[in-house]
Amino acid sequence: MNRFFDLPSDLQHSWFGLIGLHLREALLPVLAGLLAALPIAQLCVRFRWLYPPVLGLTTVLYAIPSLAFFVVLIDYTGQTELTVMIPLAVYSLVVLVPAIVDGVRSVPQETLAAATAMGLGPVRRYLQVQLPIAVPAIIAGLRVATVSSISLVSVGMLIGNQGALGNLLNDANIYHRPELAVNSVLTTAVLAILADGALVLLRLLLTPWMPRRTGRPARVAEAARPDTATPADAAVPALEDAAR
Amino acid sequence: MIRIDSVTKRYPDGTVAVDRLSLEIPDRSITVLVGPSGCGKTTTLRMINRMVEPTEGAILLDGADVRQQPVNTLRRSMGYVIQNAGLFQHRTILDNIATVPRLLGWDKRRARARAAELMERVGLDSALAKRYPYQLSGGQQQRVGVARALAADPPVLLMDEPFSAVDPVVRKGLQDELLRIQGELGKTIVFVTHDIDEAIKLGTMVAVLRTGGRLAQYAPPAELLSAPADPFVEDFLGADRGIRRLSFFTSAGLELTSEPVVDVDATAEQIAAAAAAGTPYLLVTDRDGRPLGWSEPGELTAGAVDPDRLLSPGRPFEQGRDSLRAALDGAVLSPTGWAVAVDGTGKVSGVVSQAAVGEAIRAAHAEDRTDAKVAG
Repeated sequence: MNRFFDLPSDLQHSWFGLIGLHLREALLPVLAGLLAALPIAQLCVRFRWLYPPVLGLTTVLYAIPSLAFFVVLIDYTGQTELTVMIPLAVYSLVVLVPAIVDGVRSVPQETLAAATAMGLGPVRRYLQVQLPIAVPAIIAGLRVATVSSISLVSVGMLIGNQGALGNLLNDANIYHRPELAVNSVLTTAVLAILADGALVLLRLLLTPWMPRRTGRPARVAEAARPDTATPADAAVPALEDAAR
Repeated sequence: MIRIDSVTKRYPDGTVAVDRLSLEIPDRSITVLVGPSGCGKTTTLRMINRMVEPTEGAILLDGADVRQQPVNTLRRSMGYVIQNAGLFQHRTILDNIATVPRLLGWDKRRARARAAELMERVGLDSALAKRYPYQLSGGQQQRVGVARALAADPPVLLMDEPFSAVDPVVRKGLQDELLRIQGELGKTIVFVTHDIDEAIKLGTMVAVLRTGGRLAQYAPPAELLSAPADPFVEDFLGADRGIRRLSFFTSAGLELTSEPVVDVDATAEQIAAAAAAGTPYLLVTDRDGRPLGWSEPGELTAGAVDPDRLLSPGRPFEQGRDSLRAALDGAVLSPTGWAVAVDGTGKVSGVVSQAAVGEAIRAAHAEDRTDAKVAG
């Protein structure tokens, strides 16, 4: 067991150091992807004809193998973290753009018409109505993008050991220490699960307005109860969600 | 006053939604735009707050073209209620209602206080303030929609089929509530519906539009029912417009008789005296004078009246408050053909036969024609 966390010195990082590195290399691209996807999605909502070609383009980009991406990028960004993160950010668009477009489009026509009729201009409509209502869909997209990004970072091992926890796989091979490979896979999986759980929690915090249980009877029961929902109430569906 | 001046809306593909429509919408009253789908009623409504811009013509608000002021300023000065309420599902009921006051720059506390006041006005329990829309029934959501539209106390209220997505019982409640609120606030309301009954119930003036966005008739509801302008309007009003028109005639003039009315404790002499009136049935009341039911005189034994064996009294009408329609309905529903009239406390004030109601209807129609001639 002590060999499990005894990492070869060529990694230049402790186990925790690798985790921090891994999270940075995985999450920054998702964040960048989100920042890029928001305006792209808004353009797709505004100009409907734009959506199919954008969707096609993100899919084609996603189909490019990361190795091919690295080969192109290395000329510009060298053997750095950035070379790993750029493809990951591009890949995240294939999930995030449709998630945001669907989320924004899910705002009922009546709600939008009411917002317009009350004198909310386009910017207020977007920030105060469309975006908040799209939050569940956006977070659903972020969950997929985040988990896939966390698993994909490992490929960075191929360009000068920029794969964070993925580098353990290489070392396992060179030093004939299979426990390092097990460490890499388990740690990556646990990180993915924790990140996913954090996003579910974030969604629950951001959307107290969502029906927690589906179906009408629940709604009636909610309406009949005089007190407002307590934190304990929120915890139960969180567990239910996690169980799914 | 809102003046719609020869307004046309033509879309780029050539469809004409509204065709040279002119209407004068009086202040402090409910004007209903009614018509089949595709008649341009919603388009017309949305041109008033510039959610749709007319191709030709102009809309004047108190004499000034609505295009003269900034669009969002104009919209914030007009309440808007939409089908299915269109609430912001991510905001609490209180914050939904406070939307326009907040946009107008009120501070949060004042906007929320105003919202709480409006919840009360539209009949919403204050316990719902912190709820989210999904926790409310359709009828409650629609009340929130009305409260939200009224929040900044706009002089004009635009209502786009606000009650058409709720069930009939809730709809009736919401309509009555709107009339009550209108009685208190006196807004200039433009109300769009495809339901002619709703139009007749709510409208001070009713504009019937036909497919293609042309005005078929613009008149008060009673006139619409008595003198439809053409076969389209007549057809749209439906087969029983004669009956519905009776809603506009008061039952005050009906001659009631209380001779065939006895109470449960009536003596043999009283029953005999009532029977002597010659009517085929006698109405039995309880000790407080409320109707119990009808019975043939021969079936009644003094001191031994069994309420369970009486024929249903039907639905009583309140003389003076209810219309001739209610009186006729009472007479038609009653197994004996006689309607029961009650006073405000539910006590029987007399009974009236179908024949007598019919006589009153003929008299009312005759009077109406004379009035029309005088007015003309």
